[in-house]
Amino acid sequence: MKRIAVSEAHARYLRRVRRDARAVVLCRIAVLLGFLLLWELGADLKWFDPFILSSPSRVVATIVRLYADGSLWLHVGTTLLETVLGFLLGTILGALIAVLLWWAPKLNRILDPYLVVLNALPKIALGPVLIVWIGAGMASIVVMGVLVSLVVTTVTVLNGFLAATDEKQLLMRTLGATKLQIFTKVVLPAGVPDLISALKISVGMSWVGVIVGEYLVSKAGLGYLIVYGGQVFKLDLVMASVTVLCILAALMYYAVAFLEKKVRT
Amino acid sequence: MQSELMKLSDVSLSYHTVAGETAAIQNLDLTVYDGEFLALVGPSGCGKTTVLSLIMGLLSPTAGSVRFSREGLRLGYMLQRDHLLDHRTVEKNVLLGLEVQHRLTEESKARALALLDKYGLGEFRTYKPQQLSGGMRQKVALIRTLALEPDLLLLDEPFSALDYQTRLNLSDEVYRIIRGEHKSAILVTHDISEAVSTADRVAVFSARPARLKKIVEIGFPADMSPLVRRSQPEFHDYFDRIWKELRP
Repeated sequence: MKRIAVSEAHARYLRRVRRDARAVVLCRIAVLLGFLLLWELGADLKWFDPFILSSPSRVVATIVRLYADGSLWLHVGTTLLETVLGFLLGTILGALIAVLLWWAPKLNRILDPYLVVLNALPKIALGPVLIVWIGAGMASIVVMGVLVSLVVTTVTVLNGFLAATDEKQLLMRTLGATKLQIFTKVVLPAGVPDLISALKISVGMSWVGVIVGEYLVSKAGLGYLIVYGGQVFKLDLVMASVTVLCILAALMYYAVAFLEKKVRT
Repeated sequence: MQSELMKLSDVSLSYHTVAGETAAIQNLDLTVYDGEFLALVGPSGCGKTTVLSLIMGLLSPTAGSVRFSREGLRLGYMLQRDHLLDHRTVEKNVLLGLEVQHRLTEESKARALALLDKYGLGEFRTYKPQQLSGGMRQKVALIRTLALEPDLLLLDEPFSALDYQTRLNLSDEVYRIIRGEHKSAILVTHDISEAVSTADRVAVFSARPARLKKIVEIGFPADMSPLVRRSQPEFHDYFDRIWKELRP
């Protein structure tokens, strides 16, 4: 964002703002480079056993090897597909349930304690049950991703809806609005920011669900690679998978954040 | 005198809560005449707002009746807070009521937007409510109400959330708008000077359950603005009379 300075003092101020912003970015890069350097150096100088802790160069080599034998895309693709499916289904279902509960306050009152318990329950505890019910395959993993993001979406979006309702309900009633009008004209537009924050939370939740699902049952995917690497003591493979996972999760989060910016303006 | 517009006859209303029953209004008789500006004053929490809710039909009386002089009499309600929707522009906020009541036509839209122009908000049409001052927001809320072309305006302490200066100016302006559009109005307020400076008649209510204690006729001519009224010598006499009535 380029700003035109209106005076000498303002120009100085703008320069300082830009300098601060640049300094923050530089420090961030320095932290990353310093971390990688220490890690690499430590491995080379045998401060620790690279067999246990791996090293950046070994991680890169592993990723290149995975890419060369073609299995990188298989694992990335599998995990990504499961996560996106879990995320989308969980968010859409969660939002729909929130709409239903908003529409029927009695139902909301009845189900409230169950929602609280479901929200508090670590959903991954249901993993073994899902495998028995749905089978040892991708479906179980996706359902896990859905479960983990569903409840938190429902709770967040519903709270947003209820807050918006409290505020403007009286106004809409004095104008003679129907319930559907209250929903479409007030509650839904006001709930959009909460919907977006729910997206941001549930995108992370879906990764948790899917990776744990892959730990329990899978033949491909980054979670599979991590567990496999751990079992056969190939820590390079584990670290490489975690690195790829980091990049993917960050990309997906920023995609949602970008969407948020689009919607807000 | 003028013809009757609306009449409350022997109205009582009780609220029910788990803790018990609260009588909010008891045996209230009140008539509103066509074209008049009526103010309701009373101790806070005495049930003045409840009277408006009854007239609006948001609540039903436990006993008694609320009657209008004719079918389809249009009511407009203005709340203490403006409740403008943040995601809509000023223009879209003004049109909200028409939209909700499926009365949004080219004609009604043009009329509503003309009101914005007329009362100095035309250039803010495309602004979001967050960009307006408190007084301007409240004016937008009034125009949203006026866009529905109500015959009777119900004003529920519409100035109490504003600072004193804005409040004096705005009540002057709102008075001008309401008189200019030839509307009848009921103003609920706890501010005696506000009541005396705007109303033709002031109805003084008792503490809860609300009963009508007295109606004070204000003798100022209708075209005298609230600010001018405040500087009249009679202003303080009216103030004192209502003040004495309000004391328990």
